[in-house]
Amino acid sequence: MSEAILTMENIDKSFPGVHALDHVHFDVRSGEVHALMGENGAGKSTLMKVLTGIYSKDSGTITFEGREIEFHNTREAQDAGIVIVHQELNMVGDLTVAQNIFIGREFMKGFRIDDKKMIDESNKLFAELKIEIDPRAKMSDLTVGKQQMCEIAKAISHKAKVIIFDEPSAALTEKEIEDLFVIIRDLRAKGLAIVYISHRMDEIKVITDRVTVMRDGGYVGTLITSECSKEDIINMMVGRVIYEDPKTESHVPKDAPVVLKVEHLNAGRMVQDVSFELRKGEILGFSGLMGAGRTETARALFGADPKTSGDIYVNGQKVTINSPQDAVKHGIGYLSEDRKRYGIVVQKSITENSTMASLENYMNGAFINKAEEKKITEKYIKELATKTPSPDTLVVNLSGGNQQKVVIAKWLVRNCDILIFDEPTRGIDVGAKNEIYKLMNRLASEGKSIIMISSEMTEILRMSDRIVIMCEGKKTGELDISEATQEKIMDKATRDIA
Amino acid sequence: MTKKKSILSDQRVIVLLVILALVVIYMIFSKEFRQYSSILSMLDFSYYDVLMAIGVTFPLITAGVDLSIGTGMVCYALIAGRLIRDHNVPVVVAMLICILLGCIVGLVNGILIGVMGLPPFLATLCTCMITRGISSMIMATPWPTTKQPGGWFHSIFKLTFGTGRQATKIPIGFVLVVVLVLVMEFVLNHTKFGRYTIAIGSNKEAITLSGVNVKFYHVMDYVICGMFAGIAAIAYAAVVPTVQPGTGAGLELDAIGGVFVGGVSATGGYGSVLGTLAGVFVIVLLKTGLPYVGLQANWQQIITGAVLIGAVIIDVIKRRRLAKEQ
Repeated sequence: MSEAILTMENIDKSFPGVHALDHVHFDVRSGEVHALMGENGAGKSTLMKVLTGIYSKDSGTITFEGREIEFHNTREAQDAGIVIVHQELNMVGDLTVAQNIFIGREFMKGFRIDDKKMIDESNKLFAELKIEIDPRAKMSDLTVGKQQMCEIAKAISHKAKVIIFDEPSAALTEKEIEDLFVIIRDLRAKGLAIVYISHRMDEIKVITDRVTVMRDGGYVGTLITSECSKEDIINMMVGRVIYEDPKTESHVPKDAPVVLKVEHLNAGRMVQDVSFELRKGEILGFSGLMGAGRTETARALFGADPKTSGDIYVNGQKVTINSPQDAVKHGIGYLSEDRKRYGIVVQKSITENSTMASLENYMNGAFINKAEEKKITEKYIKELATKTPSPDTLVVNLSGGNQQKVVIAKWLVRNCDILIFDEPTRGIDVGAKNEIYKLMNRLASEGKSIIMISSEMTEILRMSDRIVIMCEGKKTGELDISEATQEKIMDKATRDIA
Repeated sequence: MTKKKSILSDQRVIVLLVILALVVIYMIFSKEFRQYSSILSMLDFSYYDVLMAIGVTFPLITAGVDLSIGTGMVCYALIAGRLIRDHNVPVVVAMLICILLGCIVGLVNGILIGVMGLPPFLATLCTCMITRGISSMIMATPWPTTKQPGGWFHSIFKLTFGTGRQATKIPIGFVLVVVLVLVMEFVLNHTKFGRYTIAIGSNKEAITLSGVNVKFYHVMDYVICGMFAGIAAIAYAAVVPTVQPGTGAGLELDAIGGVFVGGVSATGGYGSVLGTLAGVFVIVLLKTGLPYVGLQANWQQIITGAVLIGAVIIDVIKRRRLAKEQ
């Protein structure tokens, strides 16, 4: 084995309230493909952002080709030869392939851009990679796979010595993944160091030489891929102590009626034939890794995104839901993972946000009955223990936890019986998290039914009565809380070896 | 409102101070301006601007715009004038037709923007061109003058009431405009329509996901805007001697500029109709007042532009400060 070309030692990084990286170690050698694995939020992306200068580290050292370095932006990292191929491709669709590859460093001929030279250089790159793409083609006309090849070509053109692939296969077809692997092997043979971030266990086995696992911002360990099993890796990924009491059995009475039934829901690639039932007073956890299609399922169910097929039954009655308006009419409320964008109007008061979904009940003829409105808002401020000086306070001035309570209030004012919580505690500090959990448990015991989408394993195990697991747009399993373990969930959430 | 805010942080207060300052400057430097008749004639030419501005406040709060109100206004006045002159349509009916035409064009704008998803700038640019084209097919139309039969409608805007000395007489038009401003301010703050208009400008996705029929309210914003362009058409016919095709282009910009001076956020989500009234008066004072102090018309445009930049900068600073609080 050769010496490591890049070594990250004792990397530490904190954000307000979060210890994102806790003395992490990572190294990669020339001519090696090194997998970086971990659950959502384990710190993989943060680590790579520290490496490429998007974030600055608090402490630790990065050694590259024997010298200690620190980049201040991606440009510096690129110039040194460290390049990221992002999951979301950063391409300008309306420009040609060649224009995209050389964007920001165009060849010039006097005052003119030398398009011909850019095309020639692109052709050389593609020849080196043994792929066929017309540099004159418009980027948006290419398939996602081909676009990714262009990203790789762009990386090579930077004379990259280390290439980081951030979930490169997430959007690719089987065939495209094979092509990608051919290229990656080729790059490895040429002596490049490759970091491969992925959730797909089978790919890790096929393409990588070593695996480093991270968990909760910490370094767990590094294994040689050929010497370990899928189970070894999963155990390293999940092997944490659950410090909050997990639920051990379902709190839902055996005879509780089914309030929501979804059958064969289809909506694009991310929602394929999803069926499930939700019972009165139940908290149904939706687990899965990033991009498993959980949010997409919720949005399709709620009518926020169009669905291609599928039946929805509320309280045994078949219903048509084509818009959020329809969903709300049937008593379904959706609490988005992106509160600021989809949940609340931050520049408006708590009162205005609380009655946003049910204003028609607070009218005096044509006019809003502001006294009534304030009364109901005050009621829920008290009931949910929202910390605010007054109902007139702008939501922007509240903390994350209290903003979430305003969204909950909005649906309770509307009298919704089915609540979809999408990542209910994202961006909320630990103390407030517990309060939200208590609140959700109380709502369930009062007969509300809750779907809880969560990427946090502890949250899923602590809150759910039953767990639906999704992977790549399909439902891959369903577990009662009494039988659920982290290992079982993770096993169903990662794609099996085909 | 957790913190006490200084009274100056309300843009409307600043605008009011600007108006006072302008009036004082004019009074000091111009003898004629001190005459009541000057003020009356200035007011006469402000009504259609204010009316257009009341309407366009709503699309602007949703972070949209309506460019068709100026040319639309002239177009409706021409059509109605022709109906009066050539087809003996009673003036009352002609006036209602103005308002109806405004609503129809507003509805078209609303459907293009709210339902089909066209960018407001483009959609209303098209209707602006179309209404201008229709106008130029119609010849200049004199509406009945004050002394002719049917000329009574001028009195809605031009007559003053009150007795005794001239200075105590108040023009009816001014009263009418103020009443409409107050009504629409109330609509903006106390009805579902108003609440959702602000919410569309502030966070359209959030209220869509709250189950609100956003499309309907979004369309209605443009219908209301068109309706006020229709009312403005009546005011316009009342104060100009003859309605000419080809005029009207650019008038919408005075109105839109006034709305921004009055404190509607350049990115939507905040605004008030009272502010609009004050903002338009600043524009009108600059437009009609500067000649009194001996400044040429060119200056008026330049100064108006500068004032508008100032207003938008205040908005930007305000938003940046809010972003920091977040």
